[in-house]
Amino acid sequence: MELKRILEKYPKRQDCLIDVLLDVQNTKSTRHLTEVELARVSEHLGLPESHVFSVVSFYSFFSMTPRGKHILQVCRDVPCYLNDTFNVHETLESMLGIKTGDTTEDGLFTLEYSSCLGCCDQAPVMRVNDTVYGNLTPDKLRAIISECRSDDDA
Amino acid sequence: MPIKTREDLMQLKAQLPDETSYRMTILLCGGTSCLSSESDIIDEMLREKIEKNHLENEVNLVKVGCLRFCGEGPIMFISPDDIAYVRLTIKDVSDIFEQHILRGHIVDRLLYVDGAQNKTVPAPKDMDFFKKQQRIALRNVGDIDPRSIEAYVAREGYEALRRCISDMRADEVINVVRKSGLRGRGGGGFPTGLKWAYTASVKSDEKYVICNADEGDPGAFMDRSIIEGDPHSLVEAMIIAGYANGASEGHIYIRAEYAISIEPLRLAIDKAREHGFLGTHIFGSEFSFDIHIKLGAGAFVCGEETALIRSMEGHRGEPDKKPPFPSESGFRGKPTSVNNVETYVNIPAIILRGADWFASIGTERSKGTKVFALAGQLRNIGLVEVPMGTTFREIIYDIGGGHPEGKQIKAVQIGGPSGGVITEDFFDTPIDYDSLIAIGAMMGSGGMIVMDEDSDMVEIAKFYLDFTQDESCGKCTPCRIGTKRMYEILERLTAMEGDPQDLERLETLGENIKNASLCGLGQTAPNPVLSTMKFFREEYEAYAYRTKRTSYLIDGKQCIGCTKCARVCPVDCIAGKVREVHTINENDCIACGACYDACPTNAIVKP
Repeated sequence: MELKRILEKYPKRQDCLIDVLLDVQNTKSTRHLTEVELARVSEHLGLPESHVFSVVSFYSFFSMTPRGKHILQVCRDVPCYLNDTFNVHETLESMLGIKTGDTTEDGLFTLEYSSCLGCCDQAPVMRVNDTVYGNLTPDKLRAIISECRSDDDA
Repeated sequence: MPIKTREDLMQLKAQLPDETSYRMTILLCGGTSCLSSESDIIDEMLREKIEKNHLENEVNLVKVGCLRFCGEGPIMFISPDDIAYVRLTIKDVSDIFEQHILRGHIVDRLLYVDGAQNKTVPAPKDMDFFKKQQRIALRNVGDIDPRSIEAYVAREGYEALRRCISDMRADEVINVVRKSGLRGRGGGGFPTGLKWAYTASVKSDEKYVICNADEGDPGAFMDRSIIEGDPHSLVEAMIIAGYANGASEGHIYIRAEYAISIEPLRLAIDKAREHGFLGTHIFGSEFSFDIHIKLGAGAFVCGEETALIRSMEGHRGEPDKKPPFPSESGFRGKPTSVNNVETYVNIPAIILRGADWFASIGTERSKGTKVFALAGQLRNIGLVEVPMGTTFREIIYDIGGGHPEGKQIKAVQIGGPSGGVITEDFFDTPIDYDSLIAIGAMMGSGGMIVMDEDSDMVEIAKFYLDFTQDESCGKCTPCRIGTKRMYEILERLTAMEGDPQDLERLETLGENIKNASLCGLGQTAPNPVLSTMKFFREEYEAYAYRTKRTSYLIDGKQCIGCTKCARVCPVDCIAGKVREVHTINENDCIACGACYDACPTNAIVKP
């Protein structure tokens, strides 16, 4: 039902494709798109399914695998690399017990890379859903993770 | 009520509470970076205290965009006292309120300390960071509440638009822009006036103006700060561009990573619509114009204008060959003028103060100012706007304050993954489009990353190549496969598995990718490698001939025998007695860097 409501908001024009897909993905707790949804979007906009799939596979913000409740996107651009006194990725990988690109079994966390978040003055930086955290230290990472966990308990 | 005349504008301005009626005005930074350091909570706490003590009519707390000295954030300016408080935390709120706001006592421990000179500098205007700056593009950023259209109008906002529509023909507006000498600030440096004149000259039933806010270069955050701190300037400039180019629709394409930064921009567009700056019969004329925001979905190549247009149309963001240029056939096949955020926000200032004024700033062929985002290993980090022609040395040392620990600065990277490095030999080069090209670099969008003597240039070049091979859209072979092969060679080299012929292979591949790629991304992708090879060939050779040391070392002269390094070493490869010089077993060292971080006397030497 949700999908139908989103589709109805948009005119049947190809230039709405990315907006529609972002909208559909953002309203889902798993932050991912399914083949069924792509088919519905292509039907609504009158586009070949292959085109919709090719667009989804092109942009890094789209995912076709279910993601965690908290998506940790670690900036991996040069200023963050230069100010990286410890390896943010490896630290998070060992804290969460997953590899970059994977989701924890409890469905709480997904670990990803991000392009430059434009907060280079606070490097190293990561984004958790819509919040940016800067000047990361191992202690700060632990605090962020446990905060996310307790959010979930609440 | 729609604004139709100059008098209407004056009336809108009058709705802004008179700043002089307040005893004190506090500007608090609300940029994304500072928000990541809880400046929003500081704002809430302070506001609550002010309200609880019924001081709303005395103390004017304004949450502004970026105060530009980002490395010292969260930061706060207090006037008329002319005081800046830096590196604030939520624990400092009570002191600021109790001491400064209530009693007028300065909280010394929160003042800015100039580390280079080891002295306290209370007033922003006395800080070296701000002294050499000249603000045109950032004229309002950090000075006004970005959510208030009245505050923008109070600073002559929408007056440039009124003048264009009421007093000037479209071709006259283009002439002013052309005479000012403004060139595109997104990297290419194409004359803006010329671009507009071309779009305006093409006959079509519909035309578009687009703002390229797909600021993707690592280390660049100028456009984001403008969008967050002064969105109305962008809105006004785009309406002027629409009028001059003959377009009735504008689109702002923003990268998805900035989705959290666009709330002030959305608000500005709504407010502009509400006041009749957008819509039909703008300033009582026949001219109609509206602006839409279009979000990207995470693809660096969409900063290239033809790829951006493809993305806006609902395609993969793959570039098209030029010509035809977007000015002839762009969005939906119609003439389209694509300009960058910083380019746009210069326009209202040029209209108000005249082409001659703008052309008097800068160098012969690069007019006005340029905003740079200073990042990396530098004492003062933040946004810097300087006249074209300022030298690297002035930016790095006079404004940037040099290296925080006084180390040698080895290179500056500008132009992001399309640019190159500049070494100390060129630090006296005036920064303008042509001088940079003459030394084999390019202006780029304005990211400036400073690297010190410890930086490994091959690793950094590999970093950029990893970025471009990942972001290559895949449409043309030289870029798709060439950058991947270059990256593989660099991986081989840094793993000490390469050979001297790899250096030649890198150069040949690099030249071929430059010559054969379809768009700007591919044509410039090899630059980080080629330019570091030019200046730091010995570092590449150390890898190619496998003479590079891979373990950490202890400098016997600096070591005080504190044992801290030996205690943190995860593989127990550091030996030495208390108060005696320690040594690292090179064969066992895994180069984790733990000893380097633990050493209190900088005795550990990186590989």
